[in-house]
Amino acid sequence: MQIDWNHFAPWSALTGGILLGLTVAGFLLLNGRVLGVSGIVGGLLRPRGGDIAWRVALVLGLLAAPALHRLVVGAGPVPRMDANWAVVVLAGLLVGLGTRYGAGCTSGHGVCGLARLSPRSLVATLAFMGTGFATVFVIRHVLA
Amino acid sequence: MRHRIAEFAVGLVFGLGLVISGMTDPGKVMGFLDVAGLWDPSLAFVMGGAVAVSFLAFAVARRRATAFLGGALHLPASRGIDRRLVAGSLLFGVGWGMAGFCPGPAIVSVGAGEPKAIAFVGAMLAGMAVFEWIERRKACTPPAALID
Repeated sequence: MQIDWNHFAPWSALTGGILLGLTVAGFLLLNGRVLGVSGIVGGLLRPRGGDIAWRVALVLGLLAAPALHRLVVGAGPVPRMDANWAVVVLAGLLVGLGTRYGAGCTSGHGVCGLARLSPRSLVATLAFMGTGFATVFVIRHVLA
Repeated sequence: MRHRIAEFAVGLVFGLGLVISGMTDPGKVMGFLDVAGLWDPSLAFVMGGAVAVSFLAFAVARRRATAFLGGALHLPASRGIDRRLVAGSLLFGVGWGMAGFCPGPAIVSVGAGEPKAIAFVGAMLAGMAVFEWIERRKACTPPAALID
């Protein structure tokens, strides 16, 4: 195993991670909710009165984040999006379906679920990590 | 209204954390998932930092009946580990590995105007809508097994 020293950035990773943790903490302790993005977005597709506005507000916040980042930190590195359009669309479909059936994603299960010591979330996280690793292996070392 | 501002701020700061940590760069995410290639451990540090801080918050929440602003604590109702959880998560992982996007970072990237992120999120919403449609159909169709 070779470390990608050109891209490995432990300090910004930790800083960002801690920031994520602080927002999860704030959302939980102030609003009483778990910050699981797939669940928050998924709930927009089964609209129930009184249950939409807070979801929209949070998503708007996510959308506004890059602008804030540019203001505070400046332009970051250009994201690398090597997957072609067909793959991106298929991936989106699978993520949409998978996160709803699995009842969570990297934020819901991977961060919040593990943090609350949920066995369900541990299983879910191991599952999506597993296929995540396997899929990239196939794409980069079998198909390539 | 006060609550809407708080929720917006939560999304904003969470999104900021995703950008700072590099999680909105699919190349970085796939670099973590590429164990056989040049491996970028950054994602582990992101999750480590996030889980560690969140752990403290959930430990506090466990002892409380209400949130600090007075509202109810909406913690997920625990159900067993079932086929849906496993199958769904396995499927999610495949999609995640294919494009290096998961819901949060993809939405943030839409905010940055990334065309592929927009396509991804559109498809993601479609996938979620398919789920809703399947579930609604199941709810309306009386299961034959009950007629016994």
